[in-house]
Amino acid sequence: MSRRHVVVLGAGPAGLAAAVAALEAGARVTVLDEGERLGGQYWRHHEAITDRRLQHGWERFERSRDRIAAGIAEGRAVLLQRAAVWRVDVEPLRLHALVGKPDAPGRRRVVVRGDALVLATGAHDRALPIPGWTLPGVTTAGAAQALAKRDGVTVGTRTLVAGAGPFLLPVAQSLAIAGARVVEVLEASRLPRHAAGWTARPWELAAAAGKGLELAEYARSLLGQRTPYRTGSGVVRILGERRVEAAVVARLDRAWRPIPGTEREVACDSVALGHGFTPRLDAAIQAGCALTEAPPGSPRFVVADPDQRTSVDGVWAAGEITGIGGADAALAEGDLAGRSAAGTPHAALAAARRRRDRTDAFARRLEAHAIQDGWSSWLEDDTLVCRCESVEAAAIVRASGSASRALRLATRAGLGACQGRTCGSSVEALCGERLGLDARPLLAPMRIGELLGGSEATA
Amino acid sequence: MRVVVVGAGVIGAASALALARAGAEVVLVDRAGIAAETSSRCEGNVLVSDKGADPAVRPEAELAIASNAMWRSLALELDAERGDGPATELEAKGGVVVAFPQGAAPLTAFAEGQRSIGIRAEVVDGAALRALEPHLSPEVELGVHYPDDAQVQPSLATQSLASAAMRRGARLVLAEVTAARMRGGRIVGVETTSGAIDADAVVLCAGPWSGEAAARLGARLDIRPRRGMILVTTAMRQRVFHKVYDADYVGAVGSADAQLQTSTVVESTPAGTVLIGSSRERVGFDDRPALAPIEAIAAKAVRLFPFLAETQLLRTYAGFRPYAPDHLPVIGEDPAVPGLFHASGHEGAGIGLAPATAELIAHHVLGSATALDPAPFLPGRASLAEVAA
Ligand SMILES: Cc1cc2nc3c(=O)[nH]c(=O)nc-3n(C[C@H](O)[C@H](O)[C@H](O)COP(=O)(O)OP(=O)(O)OC[C@H]3O[C@@H](n4cnc5c(N)ncnc54)[C@H](O)[C@@H]3O)c2cc1C
Ligand SMILES: Cc1cc2nc3c(=O)[nH]c(=O)nc-3n(C[C@H](O)[C@H](O)[C@H](O)COP(=O)(O)OP(=O)(O)OC[C@H]3O[C@@H](n4cnc5c(N)ncnc54)[C@H](O)[C@@H]3O)c2cc1C
Repeated sequence: MSRRHVVVLGAGPAGLAAAVAALEAGARVTVLDEGERLGGQYWRHHEAITDRRLQHGWERFERSRDRIAAGIAEGRAVLLQRAAVWRVDVEPLRLHALVGKPDAPGRRRVVVRGDALVLATGAHDRALPIPGWTLPGVTTAGAAQALAKRDGVTVGTRTLVAGAGPFLLPVAQSLAIAGARVVEVLEASRLPRHAAGWTARPWELAAAAGKGLELAEYARSLLGQRTPYRTGSGVVRILGERRVEAAVVARLDRAWRPIPGTEREVACDSVALGHGFTPRLDAAIQAGCALTEAPPGSPRFVVADPDQRTSVDGVWAAGEITGIGGADAALAEGDLAGRSAAGTPHAALAAARRRRDRTDAFARRLEAHAIQDGWSSWLEDDTLVCRCESVEAAAIVRASGSASRALRLATRAGLGACQGRTCGSSVEALCGERLGLDARPLLAPMRIGELLGGSEATA
Repeated sequence: MRVVVVGAGVIGAASALALARAGAEVVLVDRAGIAAETSSRCEGNVLVSDKGADPAVRPEAELAIASNAMWRSLALELDAERGDGPATELEAKGGVVVAFPQGAAPLTAFAEGQRSIGIRAEVVDGAALRALEPHLSPEVELGVHYPDDAQVQPSLATQSLASAAMRRGARLVLAEVTAARMRGGRIVGVETTSGAIDADAVVLCAGPWSGEAAARLGARLDIRPRRGMILVTTAMRQRVFHKVYDADYVGAVGSADAQLQTSTVVESTPAGTVLIGSSRERVGFDDRPALAPIEAIAAKAVRLFPFLAETQLLRTYAGFRPYAPDHLPVIGEDPAVPGLFHASGHEGAGIGLAPATAELIAHHVLGSATALDPAPFLPGRASLAEVAA
């Protein structure tokens, strides 16, 4: 039996699976998550409000939660919720967290030590800037989904869902169940021939990855509402005086450039935008983990070996930070990472590796939805790209010729309250250069006073 | 006459402009871009308040007084040339150095010395101090107001200096300088990663890398990095109106101690964020965000301005001050390599000292007139040789 102390950062599907697997392998486990509830993005919920039709794989969630609760009862597990990890040291391994309600005074400063770290920090949803996207009534698809799932609230009564990737489908479904009318779902990608069936029967394609049932449900709910699902289309401008009144929709070419002459106006009072996901890499970057190469504006990921080990000794990674693959991939990777981090030898992990490899098909399918460069051609000079600091597209393009850090400071793009979490990839895409906006010395916002007065340690 | 300027930080950019103005053909070479290193990882203070009147440091004080005046006219010129927005964001907001009870006597003595060399330094306490800075801790007993302290946005100012030089014919080459081209014992150009550049003179402005770069060019120069970390808050309603320091700032600058030292400098920027600096540590070029300096800076800042305890911290950053063993800038021709000029070692004052340094460089390289005394900064000075030996 393992005697290791495995620390898991993130309690989404990947982190929960890692924690359960490490407990099964006999390790001591500490799980930290800044959320109020376990489950991450996929199992975002509210005990009383969340409509069960919006939850998938819920039994797996309940089993994981119960297994951790049992671990706590045995004295082998510690669960720190509302624990914002603001700093990760790897030599020696230490996670610095603030525990408590983020906006309340008196958060506890805690330092967690351990022998192995599993990073499972997941992803944010990404929305590309579009003229008019700062109007009230425009949200990210993820925010719309979160409101619907956790709070049972919709962003409007007639909602246009636009962006790229299969995630648009559950978002549309959640909105519909929560009571909104989804007027259209627009998918920017022209799906390649081998995926053409996705358009007509989106549920069939993902069957191999175990996503079939889930997507079939989404598709049924779209059909039930008579919601059109159009590929090669996108919102190129959002109209309204004080809030959203309509959106201009156009056909997009393969590079996502709007095709002139195809514009039409769609009446709506809300728009949910989702152009895929940005992995939350900041903890991995701070830990020193090697990342994959990718052109500026496209996501990089944590490099993981066949057992989910990163390039840094004692650090594993699982879930969306190693590649966007959806919840099933996150679960399989988390399971493998948890076992390996607990000390299970490579040879004993063959079955777990096979389960993980089966999820690759869906991840590969997602590549057809990757953001294409042509999106920048729907920007106007005065479209805000960085909302925190009100930086317009033209200013970023103008500054793109100069050296990296100087540019950041000069335009202030990515330097505001969100620290580039929302706009970083878009700013880097427009600059044609990586600016390091995904590296953050502080992984979570904190008050200066919270740095004082020392901290309590847990071993 | 062609001059290669190595390094496009604030010192290289200001030197390039001064040389181009005086008629030289300038090639500005940098491996990372304009303002890509120290000059964008610092605060943009243009200070006289931290300069002492002691004989050992008095030359720097005099350079700072002259440079402070130069920044004001330079900023106006650069603004006028740029036309589309501020070129330096110069703000002549003044500084207030404050002391807690034990520190009042040394501070007033220090200020008295400063007045004797022409620095305006007015002792303020009680109501006058609170009128300047209403949110200061009640613990603070006394302050000295320095009306001439100012700030610029350092990376913007550096870029504007470089652009102004380029408008006067300077050329920017993005490449690393790897070696010297020598003829008859004189430097006649540099080798770079994108080819050789011939020159009649080479000015080395490589910031904290100046020692390493000097070695590549066949010279010896003892310049080392001293790490500083800065805390940045979210934007907020303005509650800090001057640059506010605690008096230990004065002690930390000249100190030879390698260990972590901090002295608080709190100021708000035009963007509404508050910058809190900074620490001084000798840890080589390690730029991982260290915990100890952040904690120490935070504790001192809150002692100065208690409201900061509730302020959200956004990020931290680190830079490397280039320092010489005697803590004075090194400006002038290398004693062993004719044709090679140094402009480095400005430690925590390179932004403030850039215009005066550039004037001295134009003087050394081209013989332009200057009212400044070049002697204390010459690379051949005894206080440098002793330690480097
Ligand atoms: C808004 C949104 C909605 C989504 N909805 C769906 C959906 O309905 N269906 C679907 O198949 N996929 C959905 N996804 C995709 C989703 O990313 C994956 O399916 C799955 O949740 C990935 O699991 P994970 O464990 O890798 O990451 P996540 O589920 O994202 O979990 C990461 C966890 O790490 C925590 N964390 C990160 N950094 C820190 C820190 N510094 N301190 C403390 N805690 C931290 C977060 O709070 C979070 O709970 C959604 C993604 C997003 C962004
Ligand atoms: C935390 C902190 C706070 C500070 N606050 C202030 C302040 O408030 N006021 C103030 O006046 N000063 C301040 N300073 C000091 C100031 O930042 C420096 O003195 C100044 O920026 C140095 O400028 P530089 O041009 O010499 O160096 P740099 O800006 O570092 O420029 C040197 C350049 O040389 C290039 N280079 C190096 N080697 C080579 C090579 N071989 N080939 C090609 N290029 C090369 C580098 O890429 C770099 O761009 C602060 C410093 C720090 C760290």
